[in-house]
Amino acid sequence: MVSLEDFYSDDPIAWCPGCGNFSILKSLKQAFVDLGKKPHEIVIVSGIGQAPKTPHYLRCNAFNGLHGRTLPVATGVKLANHELTVLAQGGDGDGYGEGGNHFIHAMRRNVDITYLVHNNQVYGLTKGQTSPTSGEGFVTRTTPQGSVNRPINPLLLAIASDCSFVARGFAGEIDHLSELIRKGITHKGFALIDILQSCVSFNRVNTFKWYKDRVYRIDEDPEYDPKNRLMAFEKAAEWGEKIPIGIIYSTDRPALNSQIPAIKDEPLVKQRVDPSDFVDIFEMFR
Amino acid sequence: MTVDISIRICGQAGQGIQSISAAMGKVFIRHGYYVFINNDVESRIRGGHNFDQVRVGHEPVNAVNDKVDLLIALDAETRDADLPYLKDDGVMIYDDEKPATDSKNPHHIPIPLEKLASKAGGSKIMANTVATGAAFALLKFELQPLQDHLKEVFGDKGKAVIHQNQTCAEAGYRFVQQHFKGNFPYPLDTGKFQRNKMLLNGSQAMALGAICSGLKFYSGYPMSPSTGIMEFIAALGKEHHIIMEPAEDEISAVNMVIGASFAGARAMTATSGGGFCLMVEALGLAGMTETPVVVINAQRPGPSTGLPTRTEQSDLKFTIHAGHGEFPRAVFAPGNAELAFFAVSKAFNLADRYQTPVIILTDQHLNDSFSTVDGFDLDQITIDRGNILNDKDFSSASDYKRYALDKSGVSPRIIPGRTEAVLYADSDEHTEAGHITESAAVRNRMHKKRMAKLKGLRKEMNAPEIYPSRKGDIILLGWGSTCGALKEAVDQMNSQDMSTRLIHFSEIYPFPECDFSEIISDHTKIISVENNYSGQFADIFSHETGLAISHKILKFDGRPFTAHEIISVVKERL
Repeated sequence: MVSLEDFYSDDPIAWCPGCGNFSILKSLKQAFVDLGKKPHEIVIVSGIGQAPKTPHYLRCNAFNGLHGRTLPVATGVKLANHELTVLAQGGDGDGYGEGGNHFIHAMRRNVDITYLVHNNQVYGLTKGQTSPTSGEGFVTRTTPQGSVNRPINPLLLAIASDCSFVARGFAGEIDHLSELIRKGITHKGFALIDILQSCVSFNRVNTFKWYKDRVYRIDEDPEYDPKNRLMAFEKAAEWGEKIPIGIIYSTDRPALNSQIPAIKDEPLVKQRVDPSDFVDIFEMFR
Repeated sequence: MTVDISIRICGQAGQGIQSISAAMGKVFIRHGYYVFINNDVESRIRGGHNFDQVRVGHEPVNAVNDKVDLLIALDAETRDADLPYLKDDGVMIYDDEKPATDSKNPHHIPIPLEKLASKAGGSKIMANTVATGAAFALLKFELQPLQDHLKEVFGDKGKAVIHQNQTCAEAGYRFVQQHFKGNFPYPLDTGKFQRNKMLLNGSQAMALGAICSGLKFYSGYPMSPSTGIMEFIAALGKEHHIIMEPAEDEISAVNMVIGASFAGARAMTATSGGGFCLMVEALGLAGMTETPVVVINAQRPGPSTGLPTRTEQSDLKFTIHAGHGEFPRAVFAPGNAELAFFAVSKAFNLADRYQTPVIILTDQHLNDSFSTVDGFDLDQITIDRGNILNDKDFSSASDYKRYALDKSGVSPRIIPGRTEAVLYADSDEHTEAGHITESAAVRNRMHKKRMAKLKGLRKEMNAPEIYPSRKGDIILLGWGSTCGALKEAVDQMNSQDMSTRLIHFSEIYPFPECDFSEIISDHTKIISVENNYSGQFADIFSHETGLAISHKILKFDGRPFTAHEIISVVKERL
């Protein structure tokens, strides 16, 4: 049996008091416990920002790499050892800005990893600049007259890329978020979970209350079918007075790691190689 | 008489130049010859001026010749461009259907290549096969080995295709027998069939070296001249259980490799200068997280897009210093395909043992040129994964610290999932446990720990090759792919009473411990020979050894050195 204590880390937490990351961390640990995953069976690959510090604050294997490069590293980990539970994690700048190209291609590959994007619509670690998801008119140090750029809608982008699992969670709804993470991990393929989160220090527009007043759970709507791509597009486009959370889109297609002949029998890391096995490889050149 | 002839096949991209050189190469090595083939191609799919140059000898051949004995011109434009490279007593084959030359030279032989191809094979695209047959006749080489080769090459395309090609080859062969009344001065004796030599290019040699050393994961983005490596690995991936994942860009490629390596698989990527620029950020990541990676940088002339299909050695200083901040690495620059095969193997072992990036610096000349290798001794390959802990090595899994301090700089790693222990790897400065730190004291300890690896790595570097062993007043100094041309230059200079020897480096950084006091005196002239503008290696050599360089022979036109070219500059300068 696995319990929350198994995920305890003694690394002191460096987040601002009241940060949404605390709730996300709690949801994440709960999801691992609910799934019965042991710490050493998990690898979290994170980028740079406040969100990517998360793996230090629980016990698991962690690779805290470069800003924006989480998904390639996580893909490499999963392809080398698909028996591991692999998550990637970062913020909106990390995932939708610096790592935008990798994001599109990770969805195309459909490698079996779960991607948590802590989306607070602002750059936190660099102390308050506009992000790819900042709203139009959002005033920051880098957009003193207000942002004039249209924000990225990560869910629309994901559905357009036929990402096989697209969900949105809210840091204010811990149990619901934990359930989404659990479902994302169980899903065989690339799972995006965009997590709405307030930034208590740098986003005075999209506050906890702002989100709290707007989010509603689509799984409470019996008519909603996340397998219906057109319906999903429509739902994903909804933003403003009401913001849907839950599984927006999901589709069954084979994960990359299930389609590669080299790892049909066992993961790469379990395969033993002896140079003397290759005596015949040179024949084609003779 | 010892044979050493050069054959140039020129034409437009898409005319099948490489099929001719491949046929010659394969048949000749199977009849006891040594073959060296270099490609000179433009960055285009069709048209332009391209050639392959095949050098055939009884003795090993490892460089390009300036002049050729036989020119096979598949179109008129390239014929006129390459005619100046034909020796005075050389022979040219060309298609007389193309705009004619006014040449009255009896050694310029018009052959209706396309017409014969249409008649014999049903399509003018087989003109290259007709030309191959014609060349074999001129060389007085038997036709049958060529026919056998064509059968092997087109085996999976069916009997009809084999027959068409064989008929074309025979048509070319018979045409020359009937019409050429002159004398080709350098016949090749057919000799006995044997299969004890290999013909392969540097890309293939390095891919083979990687596979035989336990490569499990490769990711890359196509970029000349490195692409051959990824294509070869992709082709063999299924059989040898290797994943070759095509990346969206070089940034992704190297980060995937880092991820796979972190998870415990031997992983590699290859690229050329521009792609290597994109990988630089991740080199530092590998250095900081202490993740083993092997990266091949196959150089081409820069800056920027430069000359995409040509050769240069201008990334040396960049490769040694690439990345912000300081971290340990090793840089190899193998001199030929055989050395490149073993360099990859050593690179994997050093990367694993020192948990840091190892870069193999090659260039288009090495990657794309085919050379003859007697074979690779697999007994020389060992797989050393370095210090990896398992459950039995811990008293308590929770005590494991990924970056535990050690004098060697190397901390034992674990493979995630294989033990109860977990690891934290971080690109931020970190504690022994791998958690982010701002402590000045910890920073000092960890940075010193990582940089201490350079001391160990330096001891691993092979000293340069000194060739030949006897004394020389002139030293030619080189590194990487110029090895073949330099050795040939040294041999010729010695035969012309210019007492010369070569110092050739295949392992460059950390600069190997070497003592030149026995071979260099105050009277010795050191001449560095490099394919770049500024003499990058000459600077490094002088800096490391305190020895002054007398002259630099530098070339940056995208073409490889020839021995003749080196010797004439030496004579001019001394």
